[in-house]
Amino acid sequence: MNDGNATLAAPDMEGLKPGFTEPVFEAQEAFRTVLNTLSYAGRVHTLETELDPPAPLDPAMAAMALTLFDFDTPVWLDAAIADGAAPDFLRFHCGAPLVAAEGEARFAVVANLSKMPPLDRFAIGEDRYPDRSATLLIQVPSLTGGPAMTWRGPGIDGAITVAIAGLPADFWAQWADNHALYPLGVDVIFAAGRALVGLPRGIQVEG
Amino acid sequence: MNAVVEKASWDEAYNFAYLDEQTKRMIRRALLKAVAIPGYQVPFGGREMPLAYGWGTGGMQVTASVIGPSDTLKVIDQGADDTTNAVSIRRFFKRVAGVATTEATEEASVIQTRHRIPEKPLKEGQVLVYQVPQPEPLRKLEPRETETRKMHGYAEYGLMHVRLYEDISRFGHIATTYSYPVMVNGRYVMSPSPIPKFDNPKMENNPAIQLFGAGREKRIYAIPPYTSVKSLDFDDHPFEVQRWPQACALCGARDSYLDEVVLDDKGGRMFVCSDTHFCADRQEKGHRGPMAADPAAGAFARSSDTSARKEGER
Ligand SMILES: [Zn+2]
Repeated sequence: MNDGNATLAAPDMEGLKPGFTEPVFEAQEAFRTVLNTLSYAGRVHTLETELDPPAPLDPAMAAMALTLFDFDTPVWLDAAIADGAAPDFLRFHCGAPLVAAEGEARFAVVANLSKMPPLDRFAIGEDRYPDRSATLLIQVPSLTGGPAMTWRGPGIDGAITVAIAGLPADFWAQWADNHALYPLGVDVIFAAGRALVGLPRGIQVEG
Repeated sequence: MNAVVEKASWDEAYNFAYLDEQTKRMIRRALLKAVAIPGYQVPFGGREMPLAYGWGTGGMQVTASVIGPSDTLKVIDQGADDTTNAVSIRRFFKRVAGVATTEATEEASVIQTRHRIPEKPLKEGQVLVYQVPQPEPLRKLEPRETETRKMHGYAEYGLMHVRLYEDISRFGHIATTYSYPVMVNGRYVMSPSPIPKFDNPKMENNPAIQLFGAGREKRIYAIPPYTSVKSLDFDDHPFEVQRWPQACALCGARDSYLDEVVLDDKGGRMFVCSDTHFCADRQEKGHRGPMAADPAAGAFARSSDTSARKEGER
């Protein structure tokens, strides 16, 4: 991880977009937003970030990566992200190893929703270590413009209506299977622009 | 962001909030998994804090990974803001993070606590960080970590119920009054840390985020907001909190946790709120207990050295 100002312009790094300007403080602020996002599941939280990451990454996706990834976290990128300048950006600013097998990833970064792998390809943890599971960062076109679903579970006061847009048709059926594995399972954070919505494994979703 | 950063001022001999960024990232990732699996103990690695165990190193690691320049920190030890432990932790974060501090529960965005939950209900967005000496609720029953992991993994909690029931057959009631085990989100038995069982009901459906750090054992666990937290009990012996026949001698509160305080060597004693800010706030608002006018009690109330008073109790 490069904790200094990310303006070093090595010749082969030409065109590399900068990371955080104030890594210590921007990571802290982004982390608190992500903590709130996973704690208050289903609510839209907004990051105050000025990041201008390489396409197709939205600022919220890049901020989560710079905050949470490092050499300890194998990261899986979908083809839409792996094809562009994002892999260099993530390697340089986070030092995260990129892995080809979904099952080896601590974090998955998904932007092409139509080609999203099924949730059950990712690590769900073990009975004694359910924390050894993947967190999926999924970029969607909108956090409020999709079909309305009712979410219930820890972090939600009763029930909340959430309308994530652009998900594959069978996503919520897959989610029901993932939730049924509780306390095992993957956790998801949806992102659009600078906004985030958290979907931890304990959340039950109904149409 | 930038305005806050420019305002941030701390002892720059240290990284902001003392921990290096890699350690913070590791603890932050553990915190996110802890929130996603309420009540489950996430192991974490990481670096030592400059305090001996028993001084809340686990809580401090969590606070250091969470706190930012715009936070306001409150630190309590057994309900009091001015014990040696609370004062030194507050000073530490003032120095290494330059954060504002407060004794008022409602003004704090981050509250680090040892042994109590504040009486004043917490709000959404507040973070309560518990210092945890022993995170494993099953440890007294089963010393082997491999076994307790398995018991949590398969939700085999029969032993815990047997132990509580043995209390009932010996004492006629469940004798455990501190670290009273809870079931979180219907899945994991969790230690609430050594808070009095009086505080257990406050954990359930709390609007705030509750984070637990155990430094020696390197475990982090959490209760997200609005989560089911049930104290273990039996149909014929339902869970009950402590009650006192008297009100707080200083502020007259009847719904707070009371400490017994010795006033003199002639056996004079009184019961007062353990939450010092709650009690002082009530007195400021004009609430008076039966001994508020008593000179000895008044001297106690004016004494700023609550730690001496706590020591006196033991
Ligand atoms: Zn009182």
